[in-house]
Amino acid sequence: MLRFVLNRFLAMILTLWVIATLTFLLMHAIPGSPFNNLNGKVLSDAAVKNLEAHYHIDQPLPVQYLIYLKSIATFTYGPSIKQPAQTVNDLLGRGFPVSFELGMWALVVAVLTGVVLGIFAALKHNGLIDYLAMTLAVLGISIPNFVLATLLIQEFAVNLHLLPAGTWQGLAYMIMPIIALATGPMAIIARLIRSSMLEVLTQDYIRTAQAKGLPPFIIVMKHALKNALLPVVTVLGTLAASILTGTFVIEKIFAIPGMGKYFVDSINSRDYPVIMGTTMFYSALLIFMLFLVDLAYGWLDPRIKQSKEGSK
Amino acid sequence: MKKSSGKLLEVKNLHVSFQTHGGEVHAVRGVDFDIEQGETLAIVGESGCGKSVTSLAVMGLIPKPHGKIVAGSIQFKGTEITALSAKRMRRIQGSDLSMIFQDPMTALNPTLTIGSQLTEGIIYQKKLSRQAAHQKAIEMLQLVGLSNAEQRMKQYPHQFSGGMRQRIVIAMALICKPSLIIADEPTTALDVTIQAQILELFDQIQEETNVSMIMITHDLGVVAKTADRVAVMYAGKIVEMGNKRDIFYHAKHPYTQALLNAIVRLDLPSDTLKPIEGAPPDLFAPPQGCSFCDRCPFAMEVCRHVQPPTTAVDDHHTADCWLLDKRADAIRQKVEIY
Repeated sequence: MLRFVLNRFLAMILTLWVIATLTFLLMHAIPGSPFNNLNGKVLSDAAVKNLEAHYHIDQPLPVQYLIYLKSIATFTYGPSIKQPAQTVNDLLGRGFPVSFELGMWALVVAVLTGVVLGIFAALKHNGLIDYLAMTLAVLGISIPNFVLATLLIQEFAVNLHLLPAGTWQGLAYMIMPIIALATGPMAIIARLIRSSMLEVLTQDYIRTAQAKGLPPFIIVMKHALKNALLPVVTVLGTLAASILTGTFVIEKIFAIPGMGKYFVDSINSRDYPVIMGTTMFYSALLIFMLFLVDLAYGWLDPRIKQSKEGSK
Repeated sequence: MKKSSGKLLEVKNLHVSFQTHGGEVHAVRGVDFDIEQGETLAIVGESGCGKSVTSLAVMGLIPKPHGKIVAGSIQFKGTEITALSAKRMRRIQGSDLSMIFQDPMTALNPTLTIGSQLTEGIIYQKKLSRQAAHQKAIEMLQLVGLSNAEQRMKQYPHQFSGGMRQRIVIAMALICKPSLIIADEPTTALDVTIQAQILELFDQIQEETNVSMIMITHDLGVVAKTADRVAVMYAGKIVEMGNKRDIFYHAKHPYTQALLNAIVRLDLPSDTLKPIEGAPPDLFAPPQGCSFCDRCPFAMEVCRHVQPPTTAVDDHHTADCWLLDKRADAIRQKVEIY
């Protein structure tokens, strides 16, 4: 087990390095420089030269690349170019907790409602609940989250005055962004659970459990669900990615002070330290989530853990 | 070792049918049998004759909503179990009436330890504490001949061989001390040496616990080794029933005779295989007369139109065949060459 974790850790470092290199190349492939238009002021050539020297942008690319790798390794990205009063770590420290809170709530809501909806649909296969749940799922998959967000604001904030339309100041402010963000992944999970549940329920070991006289609730929760969860865990990594990046759009719509603003603005304004800081941070987070997914596999299906340990 | 304390299970005129895309399949068409405490009844027949469906009906496990007990009665210890609610039925399932399934490779849940699968039944049914159930499960594993029971409890099904898994399935069926175990082809999925060991185990268990058993099988070797009485099923009906000696030495129904005749004899040249010609009837539209008449070498005109009545050969042996009718005496003389 330890060996497996270690191997995975090395692979994670390697992946991060590839991402860092690609980001670096793309970042510098975009024409323009951070100092083309600094907060609306046009700078003199001498000032630009000074600034470039300060941020090492006048150095040849390979040298910049090495400086860049060093800053990633030591997690010191330095100050933002556009807002020199703040370091990238400051921005991450302020924006990330908000984005993370929104993303995690959305993920939890998506998984819980998706699983419950999927189970009910499978148990009432071809019944009314099944059709309702699957109609909801198709709608959830087909409506983009920014459209749903706009509709929610129109209905619940503008028309009904039930919920605040934006910002991030407590539970009531969280409801609409979470719904907007969670609906798509929830629909995907519900459909997956339904189909895998339907398959699992026809397995022989379910009949064995019935022959023991166990009530349907225990059979579904203990015997069927663990087996039916496997395909969901497979997509959970990608879903987490789509939720975390989805927060950027949703944050913009609901005026939530998360990471999204910095992420998008930094690319528009070629704010190199912020681009690399946020990209590396999110990459690391996603890779870590995929690692958790792999661990969850072993827990759900002991056969997988066995073969992994056996092959290493 | 038979203890006659009345009938443990009485099945009368059982009809089961399934709703399929092609229409209604009449899988079991009027089955009668009973079983006493400590007795083993073997139900023999080819695939699709309704033997498994009969056992599922007794277990209350006919898959809903497609399958349905259309008519008949199943009395277990004097209780009519076809009329029980699902909840009351669950109190009997697994505790007083348990089942061993055909394929031990798929009958166990791959994601749960065998300890958890062994104990969950008795924890739920008998409200035992975890520790007590654990202890009980270890006893059961020892009873079915698994060594290192304590460590085995923590292992998963994929860590066991087929024979060991079947032993675990048997331990699972025994743990609540049921009065009746239904074993649906318990040895079919196993190789021959393991088959012999498992049958040996059944013998030993029955000696120790006096449990009754219904042994569903298509293997006459298994019947010979385990059964007290034998019911031969064909196309959803029991066509002949008697004790082991009646069936193996004095079979009266042409189907039973053909079945016995089809056993591969290793002491004869291999070109003497004697299959039963033809195929069983289509149960979407069961025949009007005797269901075996199309394949029967002795079929008479009456067989095609009227179902043969159950005729007693003696007090413990019956067969459904027109040849046993008094009016067929002359023909029977010629036929009884087996």
